[in-house]
Amino acid sequence: MNGFLLRTFAVLAKEFTQLTRDRLTYAMILVLPIVQLLLFGYAINNDPKHLPTAVLVQDQGRFSRSILSALKQTDYFDFCQTVRSPSELDRLVENGQAQFALTIPADFSRRLVRHDKAQILVEADATDPAATGNALAALATLPTQALSHDLAGALAPPPGGAPPFEVVVHRRYNPENITAVNIVPGLLGVILSMTLVMMTSLAVTRERERGTMESLLATPVRPIEVMVGKLAPYVIVGLVQAGIILLLARALFDVPMVGGWTAFVLGLFLFIVGSLALGFLISTVAKTQLQAMQMSFFYIMPSILLSGFMFPFAGMPKWAQAIGSAIPVTHFLRIVRGSLLKGEGLDGSLPSLMSLTLFVTIATGLALARYNTRLD
Amino acid sequence: MTVPAPPPDRETAGRSDLAIDVRGLNKSFGGRHVVQDVSLGVAAGRICGFLGPNGSGKTTTLRMICGLLSADSGEGSVLGLDFRRQSEAVKRQTGYMTQKFSLYEDLSIEENLKFVARVYGLDRRRERVRESLERLGLTNRRAQLAGSLSGGWKQRLALAAATLHEPRLLLLDEPTAGVDPKARRDFWDEIHALAAQGLTVLVSTHYMDEAERCHEIAYIVYGRLIARGTAEEVIAGSHLVTFLAEGPRADRLGHELAGKPGVLDVAPFGQSLHVSGVDRAALEAAIAPFRREPFHWREVAPSLEDVFIRLMDQAPDNFA
Ligand SMILES: Nc1ncnc2c1ncn2[C@@H]1O[C@H](COP(=O)(O)OP(=O)(O)OP(=O)(O)O)[C@@H](O)[C@H]1O
Ligand SMILES: [Mg+2]
Repeated sequence: MNGFLLRTFAVLAKEFTQLTRDRLTYAMILVLPIVQLLLFGYAINNDPKHLPTAVLVQDQGRFSRSILSALKQTDYFDFCQTVRSPSELDRLVENGQAQFALTIPADFSRRLVRHDKAQILVEADATDPAATGNALAALATLPTQALSHDLAGALAPPPGGAPPFEVVVHRRYNPENITAVNIVPGLLGVILSMTLVMMTSLAVTRERERGTMESLLATPVRPIEVMVGKLAPYVIVGLVQAGIILLLARALFDVPMVGGWTAFVLGLFLFIVGSLALGFLISTVAKTQLQAMQMSFFYIMPSILLSGFMFPFAGMPKWAQAIGSAIPVTHFLRIVRGSLLKGEGLDGSLPSLMSLTLFVTIATGLALARYNTRLD
Repeated sequence: MTVPAPPPDRETAGRSDLAIDVRGLNKSFGGRHVVQDVSLGVAAGRICGFLGPNGSGKTTTLRMICGLLSADSGEGSVLGLDFRRQSEAVKRQTGYMTQKFSLYEDLSIEENLKFVARVYGLDRRRERVRESLERLGLTNRRAQLAGSLSGGWKQRLALAAATLHEPRLLLLDEPTAGVDPKARRDFWDEIHALAAQGLTVLVSTHYMDEAERCHEIAYIVYGRLIARGTAEEVIAGSHLVTFLAEGPRADRLGHELAGKPGVLDVAPFGQSLHVSGVDRAALEAAIAPFRREPFHWREVAPSLEDVFIRLMDQAPDNFA
């Protein structure tokens, strides 16, 4: 075995053994993803009903009444206000008094009877997709069922034809519509960066605090060997965590995984390596383990808030987007959503993969430059 | 009164048989000049004791020699290599035992040795580790975590780890602090055995008996190397005169003599008393009133300890 490989392996084996000795870290690796997923998953899985709904009915016919009662029966919609004008409707949604705004236009009955593209409009405050997701899903069956009693005989729609009317849904504040299903893959990114950055940020600081750095530096081991050896075990840790999260996401939350595995696996690997390199960089800057933890938290906050995990990326102000673009979670989320959820090929994820590669390169370069082979 | 000029290894400078040959080492930490113009030469195969009070810069000097700290200035060679520019190569042939135990406490004894064997890229790793464990007498406890060893055993393990790669130079920083006398003797026997094979040893210590076990000593105070040579040379170079008083409770004379003109140091040893000074006439005058029964006075060779205390009191404290 050549010197580089042997020394790298020496550090790797040591690090791995230390990892297995450290019960707490062990628990953190395995339990944290599960607990987090269940915590967030609960929030995702809950199914809020009786959401405040404002109604503007411009067509006072029996069809309108049927539609309203059908909506009521879904249990998702509570008609809190009946208003007279579109502007009033807008105001109620804007100030949060209504989660939904329903408009039945004046020409509804006329168009319905003529089979001329009758529409009702539902505007949703989709800031919290978890809250509105199921209610909007319930709207899907409305057109075929709400009017089945009213439209009998001559008014019956042609068999096999289009439903008698259409529900137009406008999502406000959250045009990307992050649904429950794609929060779980987002969690994958957040949980991985949380554990990986934090654990590796302790990698070098721990040696410095315990005094073992002095012995380590007295050996001929080189910075790149220390770095690769220290990070390699955590690549495995990251992959195990990703496996756990994906399995749970599949089993508990029915997250679809339709394909794009090449892009996903590439992205996952780059993302793990990037997070580890960043953690290592932090550990070369931090003087103590406490500082390392604080810096990790400092990194994790924007990862949650500005990556498109919490708030839709497109809806953020320019400066926030700029910060978000520098964070690996952002690009990883895009890859997961594009490939795993939508089944896009490698092409679609290419820009994000490139960004992750750039991040890995910069973080590794800085970390190696910062890693001091001396004590001062 | 002058500080005895340290022979700054002038006659040895540039000699090719020197394992350590560094000149004009300086190091400051945030404006505190903790190592000042230290020059040190140690011939191959010699054991050099490195002595000095706490905080005098011993650890700092050792770290500079093995490349763990970069010297602010200074030059020279270690094992024939430019110690500032070729510190990688120096590290490969140097064993450094730190003052504070710095192996991995959460790894077993065997795992620590294995790590060292790999990191130095040694051949016959398995055998070397096994031999090392046997020599230590730790074969049966090889799976025990290093952190659970007693202080003395930790030191032995650290020495084994520092010598596993058969270095040509050994830097030991207070290797026997807190170790029992038997273990210390074994430790020194081993160090002498290693030196007999040609290994050069620079060892810092606070124990006078250990200083006397070294081939030569270097004494550093407040960052300055102020005495250098064999123990006898250092004692002679101090020009110290020491009288020993014996008799019932002679040690009680100490507080009466302390501070008298000519008396630089009084040190009770059990029931006897060492009284030292550099001005023989003044010293004799000072003790004359006490030259009476039941005390017996005689001149003795000053001990290393007398000399070091003297040197330390004399050195300007540049940190004060
Ligand atoms: N990394 C550092 N940063 C700042 N000051 C330091 C550093 N290392 C050592 N010093 C200071 O340099 C001086 C010399 O320290 P050093 O450890 O070399 O002394 P020493 O002779 O080994 O002492 P001891 O016998 O107590 O081990 C001390 O005053 C110490 O406080
Ligand atoms: Mg020291």
